[in-house]
Amino acid sequence: MAEVQLPEAPSQARVNEFALKLANVNGTGSASTNNLLMQTIFRMGVPVSGKNLFPSNIQGLPTWYEVRVSQSGHTARTSSFDLMVAMNGQTYQQDIQEVASGGYLVYDDSWPLDPEMRRPDITFLGAPLAQLCAQRFLTVKERILMKNVATAGLVAALLALPVDELSKQLVAAYSRRPQLLEDNQAALELGYQHARDNFPCPLPFHVEEVGAPDGRILIDGNTAVALGAVFAGATVGAWYPITPATSVMENFIRLCAQYRRHPGPDGQEGRDYLILQAEDELAALGIVVGASWAGARAFTSTSGPGLSLMQELLGLAYYTEVPAVLVDVQRAGPSTGMPTRVQQADLLSAAFASHGDTRHILLFPSDPRECFLHTVRAFDLADRFQTPVVLMSDLDIGMNDWEVPELTWDDSYRPDRGRLLGTEELERLEQFWRYGDPDPEWTTPRAVPGETPRAGHLVRGSGHDFRAIYTERPDEYQEVVDRLLRKHRAAAAHLPPPVVERREGAPFGVITMGSCDLPVREALEQLPGPEPSYLRITGYPFPPAVAEFIEAHPHCYVVEQNRDAQLRSLLLIETGAGGERLRPVLSYGGLPVTASFVRDRILEQESPQ
Amino acid sequence: MTSIAKPQIPLLPLERNELGLTIRDYSGSMSTLCAGCGHDSVTAAIQEALWGLSIPPYQVAKLSGIGCSSKTPQYFDSAAVGFNSVHGRMAAVASGAAAANRGLVVVGVSGDGDSLSIGLGNLAHAVRRNVRMLYVIANNGVYGLTKGQFSASADIGSRSRKGEPNLLPPVDPMLLGLSLGATFLARGFSGDKAQLVPILRAGLSHGGFALVDVMSPCVQFNDHEGSTKSFRYVREHELQDIDADIIPVRGQIHSEQTPGAVTEVELHDGSRVLFRAVPEGYDPRDRGRVGSYLVESARRGEIATGLLYLDETTPDMHQLGGTPEERLWDLPFERLCPGSAELAKFQARLR
Repeated sequence: MAEVQLPEAPSQARVNEFALKLANVNGTGSASTNNLLMQTIFRMGVPVSGKNLFPSNIQGLPTWYEVRVSQSGHTARTSSFDLMVAMNGQTYQQDIQEVASGGYLVYDDSWPLDPEMRRPDITFLGAPLAQLCAQRFLTVKERILMKNVATAGLVAALLALPVDELSKQLVAAYSRRPQLLEDNQAALELGYQHARDNFPCPLPFHVEEVGAPDGRILIDGNTAVALGAVFAGATVGAWYPITPATSVMENFIRLCAQYRRHPGPDGQEGRDYLILQAEDELAALGIVVGASWAGARAFTSTSGPGLSLMQELLGLAYYTEVPAVLVDVQRAGPSTGMPTRVQQADLLSAAFASHGDTRHILLFPSDPRECFLHTVRAFDLADRFQTPVVLMSDLDIGMNDWEVPELTWDDSYRPDRGRLLGTEELERLEQFWRYGDPDPEWTTPRAVPGETPRAGHLVRGSGHDFRAIYTERPDEYQEVVDRLLRKHRAAAAHLPPPVVERREGAPFGVITMGSCDLPVREALEQLPGPEPSYLRITGYPFPPAVAEFIEAHPHCYVVEQNRDAQLRSLLLIETGAGGERLRPVLSYGGLPVTASFVRDRILEQESPQ
Repeated sequence: MTSIAKPQIPLLPLERNELGLTIRDYSGSMSTLCAGCGHDSVTAAIQEALWGLSIPPYQVAKLSGIGCSSKTPQYFDSAAVGFNSVHGRMAAVASGAAAANRGLVVVGVSGDGDSLSIGLGNLAHAVRRNVRMLYVIANNGVYGLTKGQFSASADIGSRSRKGEPNLLPPVDPMLLGLSLGATFLARGFSGDKAQLVPILRAGLSHGGFALVDVMSPCVQFNDHEGSTKSFRYVREHELQDIDADIIPVRGQIHSEQTPGAVTEVELHDGSRVLFRAVPEGYDPRDRGRVGSYLVESARRGEIATGLLYLDETTPDMHQLGGTPEERLWDLPFERLCPGSAELAKFQARLR
């Protein structure tokens, strides 16, 4: 792919505007070092992002951590790095290639580097970290672990990070384990001093403190989803472990343990939640459907393969009109695909999940803050429209720490339970028909089991009429499925509104969703000429603003992270726009899309050579 | 074909239970199953068991999967809210319902295909979770709705109506349940209501997962010479092991048989069947001996019926989960949502 070279400031001059990458072997404790650096930069008030590129493996394979520091707020992933900390011999060759011209590479010169690998346009900084740690620490395990901490010290010196701040974090982490704390502090100092004594510290690009990151937090999307589920009042969670969704329910478990234990009338502590680790994803969604049917707010979290297994039950919930909240942390498919790589490739299988005519409500958060907000909204939508709602997160949002504005909560919030009738309401009714008496948004009265004999009925996934009674009559069957379609359309008005930025004289529009937001915004700034309009889709079904946006531009680029242009397909199906008006920009290699990729693909099509 | 309301023919004054309700108050709409289907007897037995225990009809949550047996929730307890779900997933859906509302009397009706083939995994793990519910397998060894294929409970050598023998070993839900740590295992025969009703009552009263396997021959596809799930075969090979006389929570229920005696029972279709009563020293709480007894009787080609295994000590799903006595689904929101102050506190650690 031909990268179009745009003038960029030389890396040497960039304070608070650079990217670094740490190459490591997984299972050696490098994650804590990564967090140490990321956290420190965040606390200096400079916008920062950290992307963990890890293998689907427990120990011994390459893993990378990419940190982008950007005063201007461009924290999308980038593919060119000013500083590479290459601590994995297996990947030297590749890592050296990713250093920007004029950049630096730190390596462990306890072992000599093959001269053939050297590049004349970058600076190699060799540090004998393994040797230093071997002298200072006794056991093999200590030497491996402490080398990571020494690396953090070294990077801190190169980037002018306050070593006191790193040290403070170590104290917070190991205050109860004095020996470990002492070792960590020693290793940190070892790396820091070595860099100060031997390297030109700080490097021309480095971090300068801006001030405390007021009103900002560092959080990953899966934690934010779990927090949303707690705040929305979910009481039943069912799940089957799957990367990259596992930490959604693990966090829910942790948060429930923290917030949902209350002493009962007998003084015994009760847990106001029940989380079931199911035998498979079919059971996980089955439990959610059963719990929701019986009145609880219930949810499950999964990723692509789980979504495939859940198809039939999604169809059941859709047709029987039972609420269900499903969080899909998307990864690269098809099949097992690349479990630790990102894609947005479950769009169509989620939108139309299950056989027969089905349509589901989807929400597309673009960062962890929206994961929190949209999770709460997902429960309200599921209850109001008595249907499954799928929160379409992804691995990048779900598992990486993002810097976002602090989450806020309105204490006057109460769940929207839709037309879930209470016992008194049911007993006042002359006759309860589960699928009769639709309101203007085509929802019908709902009753849970166990409340009153007035509500007796049997919901079924087989053909039924408005009374929930089995039918094979065309008119009775169609009355129900036609209402379901109208109900789905009515939901559009209740979804989070799309982000529409129409610009006077825009030559074209750019449409995207979810975690593409940051790289696309950055790309738009880099494009020459009048700035294009921007539309970020936030949910499905689409509100009228989406078709209007497409209509208002001669053509639009649809940027998404899958091979088959699934968002574009959904737009074509739903808006009636002609195919030539929507041009795909597709990134699907499994790494988060970069601004330069988006910029270059658009430029290629705008000025074909 | 819509459902047919049951005609209300006035009969002699019907007996009333503690709630003042008659058996009619536990009825559903007319069955659309084949005339003589064993499943209708299972339905009638469930109805009688619910009535006999004076369970308020609306407190029942009735669930099923897919298959002939799974149609039956329509045919009992119209006052209840029910869920005819998808093939093989009833155990999971029922687990969820029980999780949301521990006050429900959860009754699941399934078949051998629904439970032992497509739904085996979900059944096994609902057993392990010890969800408090009555789970009935109306077991006929055959797929009725798709007209006569073998199910996973068909015995080796059993012949289909076309004469082909089944070559694969059967899944015995009782032996399976025993290995999974089930807390209540019982087997009955749809043609023997006198035994089945007490079993179901015991199951409804059990404080955990009550798995009841009911031999329920299929009159269309599995009631012929060569089938080991025919009415005739079952009657000739049924071996009744123990009365369902152990009723936790609600006191004792006695069936008609006495230990050591032979009982002659007249079935709904007029035929008669002999049951052997409880063998001396049979202890449904002795897991190891129950296991060898089941294996032995299966080896002899006998169908061991009765309350086969009981464990009243294992905690159920809610006890394991430490949930409060209240129902989760309508806990006050104020108790569930930590609120803005806690959110701010939580985020202090994220700065």
